[in-house]
Amino acid sequence: MATAVKQKSDVILQYLRPHKKMPSVWCAGCGNGIIMSAIIRAVDKLGYSKDEVVMVSGIGCSSRMPIYLDFNALHTTHGRALGFATGVKFARPDLKVIVITGDGDALAIGGNHFIHACRRNIDITTILINNAIYGMTGGQGSPATPSGAFSTTTPYGNVEKHFEPCELARAAGATYVGRTTVYHATQMEKMIAGGLAHSGFAFIEAISNCQTYFGRLNRKGDAVAMIKSFKENAVMLGKAKKMSEEELEGKIVIGTLYRTEKTEFCDEYQRVIDSLQGGK
Amino acid sequence: MNDSSRAGESSSSPATASKYDYSQGPPPLNINYDWCKACNICIALCPKQVFEPDREGKPLLARPENCTQCTICWVHCPDFAITSNYR
Ligand SMILES: Cc1ncc(C[n+]2csc(CCOP(=O)(O)OP(=O)(O)O)c2C)c(N)n1
Ligand code: SF4
Repeated sequence: MATAVKQKSDVILQYLRPHKKMPSVWCAGCGNGIIMSAIIRAVDKLGYSKDEVVMVSGIGCSSRMPIYLDFNALHTTHGRALGFATGVKFARPDLKVIVITGDGDALAIGGNHFIHACRRNIDITTILINNAIYGMTGGQGSPATPSGAFSTTTPYGNVEKHFEPCELARAAGATYVGRTTVYHATQMEKMIAGGLAHSGFAFIEAISNCQTYFGRLNRKGDAVAMIKSFKENAVMLGKAKKMSEEELEGKIVIGTLYRTEKTEFCDEYQRVIDSLQGGK
Repeated sequence: MNDSSRAGESSSSPATASKYDYSQGPPPLNINYDWCKACNICIALCPKQVFEPDREGKPLLARPENCTQCTICWVHCPDFAITSNYR
């Protein structure tokens, strides 16, 4: 049953699957829900219909999002969301494809799909929910776990270096790259809307809190403490450009980091089809 | 507590109701206590201390007259349990 929307704040309820029993499975205070509402507001702002949007996800806590959202949905296998999404977009270029992926999902098992989707510059908006840990399976270290941080697989501190997902995406060829946090939910909404409107691969890293594992193992406190730490550590891109490397230590640079225009994969392919059919 | 957990139906706690003077119009915010998981985010982030936790840690509209409709609480609610009557 669709709920009547009286106010802007009611919009979220209109996009939830009506038969789905709420609340969600996520832990109390988990940032996944905040990101989900930012996505809904972005889609609503752009005026896309529910049938026009396809949400594709892999496996993980974050990847459970399409279960609750009344869009076309594909809840695929671990790390393969971008592979499935490429197929969807290729078959139906008129649809708006949103990929929801976790840091483990996109950077570990799905690393290859990720870089190649960036390289092709296919028109997909990817939202990487970076909570720096594997949430669903019990707090193992991921490629985004910072050096020295604790997880169940790094009980003495992580000896590895971590990936910078935004830099990886940019280097691999993504044409819209942004970083934001769950505290900056309004910025996130604007960034997602920007990514959806952009023609080409849009990558948004949403820094999120997993207080249940990352917070507890690293003594970062509860959800509120973690969200407040994002507020304190975030630096807008414009300000960060004037800061030295030492000053930026431990800070989160937020904003639209990179944006360019390149030919889009499906357009390019259509051009080949047209030229062959035209006999030119 | 009733078991209406369908979208848009909020059950208001009796304590909230008693704190708010309905002759002033609808309260600034609706809170769906069935969906709320008592994560404390709205209570901690509200710049005007509109909420107080109840026994379960869920937000009560303790000072509704302070609400400026700044949107911080419902934008940050991970469980879509807060909606505004005015925005
Ligand atoms: C092929 C395969 N390998 C391993 C798993 C187990 N597994 C499920 S979720 C997950 C990690 C998810 O972590 P992340 O992507 O960071 O998402 P989060 O839960 O933190 O949101 C793993 C390793 C699986 N489901 N399938
Ligand atoms: S385990 Fe972590 S990521 Fe998963 S729902 Fe709980 S807080 Fe969120």
